[in-house]
Amino acid sequence: MKIAIRTLDHTEHLSQEEIQAIEAACAHYEQRPAAAIDALMIVQRRQGWVDDSRLEAVAGLLGMSSAELEGIATFYNHIYRQPVGRHVLHLCNSISCWLCDVDKLADHLRERLQLEFGQTSADGRITLLPNVCLGCCDKAPAMMLDGELIENLSAEKLDEILASLEGGEDG
Amino acid sequence: MDKPMTAHLDTQNPQDLAGYRDTGGYMGFARALDMTPAEVQQQVKDANLRGRGGAGFPTGMKWGFVPMGQDAPKRKYLVCNADEMEPGTFKDRWLMEGAPHLLIEGMMIAAYAIGASRAYLFLRGEYRLCARRLEQAIREAEEAGLLGKDIQGSGYSLELHLHTSAGRYICGEETALLNALEGKRAHPRSKPPFPQIAGLFGQPTIVNNAETLCNLPGILRRGPAWFRDLAADSDDAGTKIYGISGRVRQAGLWELPMGATARQILDLAGGMQDGLKLRGWLPGGASTDFLLPEHLDIPMEYDAIAKAGSRLGTGGIIALDDQHCPVGMVLNLIQFFAQESCGWCTPCRDGLPWAAEILSRIETGKGCQEDLDELSKLCDFMWMGKTFCALAPGAVEPMRSGLKYFADDFQQHIDKGCCPYRQ
Ligand SMILES: Cc1cc2nc3c(=O)[nH]c(=O)nc-3n(C[C@H](O)[C@H](O)[C@H](O)COP(=O)(O)O)c2cc1C
Ligand code: SF4
Ligand code: FES
Repeated sequence: MKIAIRTLDHTEHLSQEEIQAIEAACAHYEQRPAAAIDALMIVQRRQGWVDDSRLEAVAGLLGMSSAELEGIATFYNHIYRQPVGRHVLHLCNSISCWLCDVDKLADHLRERLQLEFGQTSADGRITLLPNVCLGCCDKAPAMMLDGELIENLSAEKLDEILASLEGGEDG
Repeated sequence: MDKPMTAHLDTQNPQDLAGYRDTGGYMGFARALDMTPAEVQQQVKDANLRGRGGAGFPTGMKWGFVPMGQDAPKRKYLVCNADEMEPGTFKDRWLMEGAPHLLIEGMMIAAYAIGASRAYLFLRGEYRLCARRLEQAIREAEEAGLLGKDIQGSGYSLELHLHTSAGRYICGEETALLNALEGKRAHPRSKPPFPQIAGLFGQPTIVNNAETLCNLPGILRRGPAWFRDLAADSDDAGTKIYGISGRVRQAGLWELPMGATARQILDLAGGMQDGLKLRGWLPGGASTDFLLPEHLDIPMEYDAIAKAGSRLGTGGIIALDDQHCPVGMVLNLIQFFAQESCGWCTPCRDGLPWAAEILSRIETGKGCQEDLDELSKLCDFMWMGKTFCALAPGAVEPMRSGLKYFADDFQQHIDKGCCPYRQ
């Protein structure tokens, strides 16, 4: 009996630059799977999230099973296994921000964007997510927008930031 | 007053290699290279440096467990723990953004002291500015021959790599961190074996907090006696980066002698905001027991705070004011721990969401008397020795002390059927 083993050609799903960047990360460790998080972050850059075929391709490249890599990918708050919007906004919901009434800002955001936390706007512009303490507790409330920390938030400041995002208010 | 870690700290324009060297940078490392690793370890023991990651374990003693000499394994590792995800803690970020070379030099000294040939800086991914500045500092050190093969003709070689994580609190627990670095799901490991014997990739490994490491350049450059004298009035040695957040006038961070009091720190922050009174405070992050205003004059040092019933933890004070609900605060803290539980052991994985559910019931006025007993029982179920790591006991700390100190508030929620702070 012949068993067909499907081998995935990772070049089909990963660009040359991505493969090179992942190889460079592998060189920092004793074992290739150790570069898992670096690799996932590298492939996440292209479309903002990691889809199944790219996850499988990375697993193949690192010599680990897809299940193992999935176990890592889903473990972290900043590796997205579902599509996200062009902008990703993480509002801190931990204690120092809570003491500075971040709940009111959360309500403001929900209303203004007409989104619940965990949702992406229908136009694909923005994803709203919570985050644990961002290390900005002395300048609370704080958020992370597209990877950068923004501190001392107020409703007015949030409105300004949202308006200045790509495409403006309605874009 | 001497501020060895922050005298030259600048978050806008941190010193580059040349600037850092102009103010004595890398002199500590040069001194270390002139000594044997055993001598460097002795300096740090004599200095009485204790780990700033939360537990206060003596750094020199920790290093002492690493096998040394001819028969020791060839590969050993030094890991800097810069995961800093403890709510209310932002000190390592300040040090790394404002003085990246200080940490790199500290890591080099520690690596030399334990004979490590490779060092990893495990940084939380959200700290992007830190990552950029640390990468640049590492590059500068490499180009100057401070890292790499046969450093300054000493025969000692060291590679140093930055690893950015992707956001999960448990990665800060040192054995979970090692699993994360190996590319495994980051649940903690059972001990023994301790990482000093079998850590990263099975090799001897030391994990030290970023602030701990930032103390080393000063100790090596100016000696153990100088370091102890920095905190002449304290049982502990050196300076500490203390912080405060919450409804204070000017939240922030200060480098002070070990043993400064919370009252001094609160004063530096300008006191509470107008119209607010201090109700309680967590001395060092979310996983430390509440203390009260009457405890403000206790020195912020390991043993004194422990005696008062809490832990110094990270030294990042969180101040609860009289207009925020203590039940709401405990609920917020427990929700954090429930979300960040790694799920490996049952008391924590199931106990924390259960506690969060009960607290949420009480906070919204739907709690009953039995709920309070249930919470006390859960504190017991998740205490030390019953869970696989210290995350769950850490979560219990603010909950049990909250139940004790704010018993009236809990009772009022139940009696009135609502949160008195939301009326
Ligand atoms: C759940 C949990 C999270 C932790 N997070 C951190 C952290 O972010 N940074 C840190 O330095 N230590 C953290 N620790 C403590 C580490 O396990 C370890 O004790 C510390 O890094 C040792 O460094 P030190 O001896 O220099 O203090 C954490 C511990 C636990 C149980
Ligand atoms: S106590 Fe919690 S975080 Fe620690 S191992 Fe158990 S489930 Fe994981
Ligand atoms: S609690 Fe929000 S940044 Fe720390």
